[in-house]
Amino acid sequence: MTLELKQIAKTVDGSVHIHPTDLTLEPGSFNILLGTTLAGKTTLMQLMAGLDRPTDGSLHFNGKDVTGMRVQDRNVSMVYQQFINYPNFTVFENIASPLRVARRNEREIKERVGRMAELLKLTPMLDRRPSELSGGQQQRCAMARALVKSSDLVLLDEPLANLDFKLREELRDELPKLFADRDCVVVYATTEPTEALLLGGKTATMHEGCVTQFGPTGEIYRRPKDEISAKVFSEPPINTATIRKSGGTVDLGGVAQWATPAVLANRPDGDYRIGLRPHHVLPQSKGGATVRVQGKVLVTELSGSESTVHFTVGDETWVSLAHGIHSFDVGSTAELFADVSHAFYFGPDGGLIAE
Amino acid sequence: MNKTINQKAWLFVLPVFLLVAFNAIIPLMTVVNYSVQETFGDNTFFWSGVLWFEEILTSERFHDSLGRQLMFTFSILAIEVPLGIAIALTMPRKGPFVPVCLVLMALPLLIPWNVVGAMWNIFALPDIGLLGYSLNALGFDYNFTRQPGDAWFTLILMDVWHWTSLVVLLSYAGLVSIPDAYYQAAKIDGAGSWSIFRHIQLPKMKRVLTIAVLLRFMDSFMIYTEASVLTGGGPGNSTTVLSIDLVKIALGQFDLGPAAAMSLIYFLIILALSWVFYTLMMRNEDS
Repeated sequence: MTLELKQIAKTVDGSVHIHPTDLTLEPGSFNILLGTTLAGKTTLMQLMAGLDRPTDGSLHFNGKDVTGMRVQDRNVSMVYQQFINYPNFTVFENIASPLRVARRNEREIKERVGRMAELLKLTPMLDRRPSELSGGQQQRCAMARALVKSSDLVLLDEPLANLDFKLREELRDELPKLFADRDCVVVYATTEPTEALLLGGKTATMHEGCVTQFGPTGEIYRRPKDEISAKVFSEPPINTATIRKSGGTVDLGGVAQWATPAVLANRPDGDYRIGLRPHHVLPQSKGGATVRVQGKVLVTELSGSESTVHFTVGDETWVSLAHGIHSFDVGSTAELFADVSHAFYFGPDGGLIAE
Repeated sequence: MNKTINQKAWLFVLPVFLLVAFNAIIPLMTVVNYSVQETFGDNTFFWSGVLWFEEILTSERFHDSLGRQLMFTFSILAIEVPLGIAIALTMPRKGPFVPVCLVLMALPLLIPWNVVGAMWNIFALPDIGLLGYSLNALGFDYNFTRQPGDAWFTLILMDVWHWTSLVVLLSYAGLVSIPDAYYQAAKIDGAGSWSIFRHIQLPKMKRVLTIAVLLRFMDSFMIYTEASVLTGGGPGNSTTVLSIDLVKIALGQFDLGPAAAMSLIYFLIILALSWVFYTLMMRNEDS
């Protein structure tokens, strides 16, 4: 099934929650909505599900306008961040509930619930109640309920956010496999860029109610369309600064200078923006096209084998993420090495400048 | 390991101990003391064993007032619990009317028992009371001071008016604590409003409802003031519930022994029934 959003918008009491958005999700695709809290991911999902009416625009399933159709009639399912199950039903009855509503016969229910439980490793727990399960099992049960009825559209709203690290990893591995042989549209909301990269599929970056970019996940990461999309898809946040091009050199606030890169060669002199991912700013030079940047250290975070150094560059705060332990005294002046060959250059309008 | 022995700690327990002793243990033991003795005045007492307990437990008068008590309690529970849940379900979950509803609901709970009794007494008088006069004007032969049925009707109506709010407020608290996602999930599943109530709202309200039922059970089992102000247990003995009967025996006839025995039996009945209620309602609850 193809899901098409045409100029969908949502306004509540005069404040815009979703700006007019066009989006086409293909059958069998795994789509990720990536954005911070309040970026509009949940609102957009509720519009897709039909739990909420758009103030403008229309929604099409396979070319058919379903904007006004009730959610019950749409054949969608949704998994939430909280573990939503019927508290007084057993796991079996929970998974079976959508089939019971659809009045399937007992034999079919047994078979499909059994298959779903097998897939999500819930077979030994079928007779228990949700409150007797661990968090991960509760969420598996909620997922089984969402998947058992072969919906056209499956919405997953940060389903792993309330799970601990280990379980999250486990379920994240299984997720794309669960949908591998289905032709439903899957939409998955997350706040974590890493999660989006691990899940693959396609990603739509969201910022303040706008879809800023949509395309294959890896491609979006490698070629952000503009500064905002780059910011959304970077953790720790991407380092940005204003640079000034004058002839053969560019200057970063008087802190660093380097030769004008090829992409800017044919552009007029003036101000541009640079975006540099934290792992391209390192405490030690790796040689090559690195540029020395001096800054005042704000804080150093050591997490096992990685160091995160926050420091100021001109008026901006930058982050360096490097392997190994690199300790700096707070307030000291540090010399860091920026690998500008990996930098993104953005024009005055915020758009990426490519060759 | 050396254990430090410090007897001073007892000093910290002393205030609580004294408080509990004077307001619970000593009065209770006095009652126990009365219940096993016979007195002819002069402050002289004779040991009578379980005589008073036997007398109370086999007396028809006690059976009758216990019967009336159970009928009253179960009637008001049967009305107040479903009605309270129904009202809670119709109350808005958000918006400017929430505080208005809550205050309106809390109002009856703020009125003292004897005021409620006096209010309803006047309200229900057939000659000058709004309720009594209207009912008679509509052709009903209504007189709560003369007809037992009318007295019961008034007593139950009064209790429902006074206490349904408690069930409403507790159920409402249970309802608003259910995350929106549950309703959305049910909607997606295509569940109707009855299934939502039966499989989401009711299970999620279970804990607060248990408390509501227990509170209403205990309170109504001990009802005294309203019934006493309304008709003093009349007409005849028709609304003489346990506590009114107890006061009649203890302070009217000054039969201290039987009254003490009855108090203890009364107390044990409430304790036992509360336990039964709690166990039944929490039977399927997982720890």
